[in-house]
Amino acid sequence: MSIIVDKLNYIYSPGTAYQKHALKDINLEITEGEFIGLIGHTGSGKSTFIQHLNGLIRGTSGSIYFNGQNIYDAGYNMKGLRSKVGLVFQYPEHQLFETNVFKDVCFGPSNQGLEALQVELRAYEALKMVGIDNSLLDASPFELSGGQKRRVAIAGVLAMKPEVLILDEPTAGLDPKGRDEILEQIAKLHKENKLTIILVSHSMEDVAKYVDRLIVMNRGEVAFNDTPRKVFAHYKELEKIGLAAPQVTYVMNELRMHGLPVSIEATTIEEAKEEILRVMKH
Amino acid sequence: MIRDITIGQYYPVDSLLHRLDPRVKLIGTILYIISLFAFSNYYGYIIAAAFLFTVIKISKVPLKFILKGLKAVIVLFIFTATFNLFLTPGKIIYELGFIKITIEGIITAVLMTIRLTFLILGSSLMTFTTTPNNLTDGLESLMKPLNKIKVPVHEISMMMSIALRFIPILMEETDKIMKAQMARGADFETGGLVKRAKSLIPLLVPLFVSAFRRANDLAMAMEARCYRGGEGRTKMKPLKYKGRDLAAFLVLVLYITVLVVINRV
Repeated sequence: MSIIVDKLNYIYSPGTAYQKHALKDINLEITEGEFIGLIGHTGSGKSTFIQHLNGLIRGTSGSIYFNGQNIYDAGYNMKGLRSKVGLVFQYPEHQLFETNVFKDVCFGPSNQGLEALQVELRAYEALKMVGIDNSLLDASPFELSGGQKRRVAIAGVLAMKPEVLILDEPTAGLDPKGRDEILEQIAKLHKENKLTIILVSHSMEDVAKYVDRLIVMNRGEVAFNDTPRKVFAHYKELEKIGLAAPQVTYVMNELRMHGLPVSIEATTIEEAKEEILRVMKH
Repeated sequence: MIRDITIGQYYPVDSLLHRLDPRVKLIGTILYIISLFAFSNYYGYIIAAAFLFTVIKISKVPLKFILKGLKAVIVLFIFTATFNLFLTPGKIIYELGFIKITIEGIITAVLMTIRLTFLILGSSLMTFTTTPNNLTDGLESLMKPLNKIKVPVHEISMMMSIALRFIPILMEETDKIMKAQMARGADFETGGLVKRAKSLIPLLVPLFVSAFRRANDLAMAMEARCYRGGEGRTKMKPLKYKGRDLAAFLVLVLYITVLVVINRV
C-alpha cells in the first residue's frame, strides 16, 4: 500500500464569488504501516484534503497515485478505492441510520457485494475491534451514548477492511475519558491490525503521543512534514499559524532557559518526567 | 453535486441592487411578474427583456450564475410548453391521430416559455441580491397591516427566516451525509427506480434526525434568550426608505407606464 500525492490543487466553486483556493500544490507520500497525524487550524484544508484520498472530491489539478495507479485515470474503480481507503468523517455518529447496531455496521461490507455470512462475520469482527459489547448488537444506534455511537460508526468503516484508515477529528465533542479511549483504540488498531492510519486533529496534545509523523497544514499548504519532535521544535512558527506545541515542549524550553540542561525533545509528560529526573540525578 | 442548485441562494457582492430596501425589491418583483402576463404584443417582450437584463447588469451577479438556476426548473418548462403545443386550438399544420399541432400552439408555447424564463430570472434575482434576513424583514413590514385582522405576521416571518436560514445548513448536511455513506460504499447514482429510492434511506434517516436535533437546539437557544414572539420586540436595524429607494420606485413606475402605453399601440 502506498499513496503518492503529486501537485494536488483544489479550487472551490471556481468562477463565482465563493471561489477559494483550498489546496495549493500538495506533495506527499504515505507508505504502508505509518501512523500519521494531520494537523491544521480550522479552514486549513485538512478535511478537504482527506476527501481527495478516497476520491470523494476530485482535485482541480494534480494527481494521486494509490498503489502506483493514478486514481484520476479514466475507468479507475472508485468504489474499490473507497473500500481500501476507509474514511471516518467528523461526527461519524450522524451517519447511523439502521434499526440496530449490527445492521448498521453491515451496511459497508454488504455494499461491497460480499455474501451475507461474510458480511456478518466482518461486522462482528469490526465491532469487537472497537470494543463494543455483544449485548449492544441489537440496540438501536440512537440509544447509545456519544462515545459508543462513535465507535459503532468507526466499526462501520472498519468492517470494509480498509488498508488505510483516515479519521477526521475522531475525538471532537467527547469528554476526556471518551477521548483517551478512542485514541487508545486507534493506536491498538495500528499496532495489532497493522492498519495505516491518518489521524486528523487540531490538537497537538492528542496526536503527539501516538503518531510517527506529523503533517501540518496551513491555508491549504503543507507547512511541516516531519517527526513530532522535529515539528515541535518549530513551536514559535506553529503559534503563528494558530497551533501550539504540547505543553511539555513549553515547559522543557522554559526549564532550559532557566539553566536546567534538559533536552527539549520530550513530547509526552512521561518522557518529560524521565528527562527531568535524568538531569536532576546528575 | 447538490451545490449546483443556485436558485434561491444569496450572492454576496456589493451593488446598488443589493443595497436597495428589501420592500422595494419585493414590490418590484411582484409588479414585474404581474407585468409579464399583462402585455399582449411583441414590443412588451422586448421591454420586459431590456428591463430584466439592465437590472441583472446592475446587480453584478454573473449572468452565467443566474442562468444555472434555470436548470432546476427545466421540467416545468417542458411541461408547460408541451401542453401549450398540443392543446391550443387554431390552424392545424401537423396531425397524427389525436395529436394536433397548430401554429398558434407553437407560438404560445414559445412565448409562454419566454415569460416563465423571465419570471424565474426576475424572482431569483431578488433572492440573489437580498439576504434571507432582509427578505423576511421586508415581508414582515409589508404584511404589517394584516396584524389588524389577527394574522400572526411576526411569527410567520420568523418561521420563514428560520426555514430560509436552514436551507444551506441542511444542504451542507445532505452533502456531508451523502459523502459519509459513499465512503461506506453507498451508491446514489446507478440502479433502477426502486433501488435508487431504497438507496435514499441511509441519507434521509440521518438527515431527519439531524434536522430534529437542530430544531431542538435552536428552540432551546431562543428560549434561553427569552424569545416570546413579536409583541414589544424591537429591531436592531429597522428598515428605512432612502433616496435610492425612491429612485427605484420611480424607475418601476416608468417601466409600468411604458408597458401600458406600448400595449395600446
